Amino acid sequence: MKKVLLGNEAIVRGALSAGVDFVSGYPGCPSAEIGDEFGKIAKENGVYAEWSTNEKVALEAAIGASFSGLKSLVNMKSFGMNVCSDSLLPLAYTGTKAPMVIVVADDPSCHSSAQTEQDSRVYAYLSHLPMLEPADVQECYDFTKLGYEISEKFNIPVILHTTTRVNHQRAPVEFKKIDTRPMAKGEFVKNPHQFSTMPPRVMEMKKELLEKIEKIRQFAEKSKANEIFGDKKSKIGIITCGVSHLHLMEALLELDLNLPVLKLGFFYPLPEKLIANFIKDKKKILVVEELEPYLEKEIARIAKSVNPKLEIFGKNVLPEIGELNTEKINLAVAKLTGKKIDLNKEKQLNLPKRTARLCEGCPYWHIFPTLKRVAPDAIFGGDIGCNMIAGLPPHDMHDYLFSMGASLGISHGVAKAAGPESKRKVISMMGDGTFFHAGIPALINAVYNKSNPLIVILDNRITAMTGHQPNPGMGKNAMGEPAEELKIEDIVKACGVKHVRVLDPINTKEFEDTIKDFLGKEEVSVIIAKRICALLLKRQAAEQHDQ
Amino acid sequence: MTNKTFNIIITGVGGQGLVTLVQIIDETAFIEGYDIKSSELHGLSQRGGAVLVHIRFGRKVCSPMVSRGQADLIIGLEMLEGLRGSEFSGPKTNFLINKYSLPFMGGLKGEEIIKLLPKENLHLVPASEICKEKLQNEVVSGLYLLGYAIHKKLMPLDEKSVAEAINKIIPPKYQELNLKALKLPHENN
Repeated sequence: MKKVLLGNEAIVRGALSAGVDFVSGYPGCPSAEIGDEFGKIAKENGVYAEWSTNEKVALEAAIGASFSGLKSLVNMKSFGMNVCSDSLLPLAYTGTKAPMVIVVADDPSCHSSAQTEQDSRVYAYLSHLPMLEPADVQECYDFTKLGYEISEKFNIPVILHTTTRVNHQRAPVEFKKIDTRPMAKGEFVKNPHQFSTMPPRVMEMKKELLEKIEKIRQFAEKSKANEIFGDKKSKIGIITCGVSHLHLMEALLELDLNLPVLKLGFFYPLPEKLIANFIKDKKKILVVEELEPYLEKEIARIAKSVNPKLEIFGKNVLPEIGELNTEKINLAVAKLTGKKIDLNKEKQLNLPKRTARLCEGCPYWHIFPTLKRVAPDAIFGGDIGCNMIAGLPPHDMHDYLFSMGASLGISHGVAKAAGPESKRKVISMMGDGTFFHAGIPALINAVYNKSNPLIVILDNRITAMTGHQPNPGMGKNAMGEPAEELKIEDIVKACGVKHVRVLDPINTKEFEDTIKDFLGKEEVSVIIAKRICALLLKRQAAEQHDQ
Repeated sequence: MTNKTFNIIITGVGGQGLVTLVQIIDETAFIEGYDIKSSELHGLSQRGGAVLVHIRFGRKVCSPMVSRGQADLIIGLEMLEGLRGSEFSGPKTNFLINKYSLPFMGGLKGEEIIKLLPKENLHLVPASEICKEKLQNEVVSGLYLLGYAIHKKLMPLDEKSVAEAINKIIPPKYQELNLKALKLPHENN
């Protein structure tokens, strides 16, 4: 059947069609709809789906499922790759038993990402895992299926690398409708020789992995995922991948040029013979890829032996910062071919920027101003999620913002550096989802190492920013089943924190008094400011009304 | 069926229902047999911030994004954001702007925005006000604007196909409200 789908929905359809049994992940933008959709349809499709506490745990859950014979899918945004990499690298050594696809979604131009403009493709090199890059929604479906095929054939997890303009692209997709089926049961069969990365066996495993990659390279040489378009005789060629391919085709259409294009679906391992054949009789090659010049470097390396005089263009005519689009590629192709183009004059409007803001009725409206008023001299550590908005006007509170849970780790360092006699309090602000994700080890560290920051946990009862995913604090799991509702205050106390207060931040007097009291503490203190997300409250009311 | 690819930019503020509008327009174009690609943003950019989505339909569409200067139609669900969308306008671009302002600190006043909007090919329509008055609901102002665009032939799609798309995309209990908003500009004339 054919239907208009979002890139993320097509990935879900592709996985279902490949017979996925087990889905885990951590919500982030632009990948979150994958896990959301699986949560909704899991039961009728015989799939188990979970939001894990973080990406490392999510990957590990899928490893366990794979070792037990279940087909798995792991989904995360760019930075999730950093979190799960500790287990990703050994997984490359052990390989999979049942196939696994790992979806990682980057966000060039940082539309919805703090931290960095990360190009996660580098993880293919670091881990030696095959990586596929879909350009459009149809390829989201096709390449997910191809990922399972490769994974099954070579017993290795396959990474599907996407970007915002692929995940959040909509287009008609041809796909197979899947019949409902009962949930599959896995069975773990002991095989420590394969599943344990102990030395000296680990060195053999590395050799096995590298041999496997060479076999996959042979597979990639013949794969339809790499395509050649256009007039092959031209002396100027273009190599591209991912969504850049779509912008490039648009640019060639606008410029009325019929240049040969090699579109690589495989980022790793590269089909080197195919590339060598493509470039061997060319004078100039343009490499069109977003962010880092990974492909460009590889092509320069291949050219050394097959066509040392080849002129290679890439980041000298295309930006390394920000996503690509048709106009940027137009300009690069024009430079290469000497074709004249009319530049669209940039309209200088200089309009005031409308930045993200807290929703109407958001409990954080009661938290940020109170903290600022009561502790005007404090140092504020910001964290990921809706509380990132504390770093924007009118709040402007963040003194530093890094990664999930990092506010607390850094606050501890700042407090230790100043010493116990310092009068300036260090305050960390962190959401409930972030606390479960990466806040707990940092809290234990602060207590154990006799630090004294104040941590305000902004418990709005859900993981809100990425689209209201359930988390361990709300008594519900990804499939909508009732689950254990973990109490943050119990965890905080168990971590050795002596000064803990749970309150509703709308009670300003109590909140103010508690902040004042905790500002004077010589040990770690925690305020759990608990009030439901305004959007969630509205939705719950609407659901109740419907029942 | 139009031969040339039709380029739409829709701008607004997170929470105004832009993604639903994209889904409906995509589905409508699909029903009419077009190739489609659209691009939207979720997450941080949606939290009350400025949102800009691209929709392109035609015989064969490559890029999911409209290039600057090439929008055929810019729909602004909010005035300042509609003005911001003019980055994508060329000499022939039609502007369909909701006469509705969501102010913020350091923003522009309604009358200042109107002064900056293009003088030609501008349709400044109080969609939110009309929807609030006639349907007691502002959220469907996007559907009103879509109905207006079709009625005034600013967009080469058919109202019947939009109605079909609404019935596919929108949950049953809100379908009637959306259909009413779609047909309102037609009835008003």
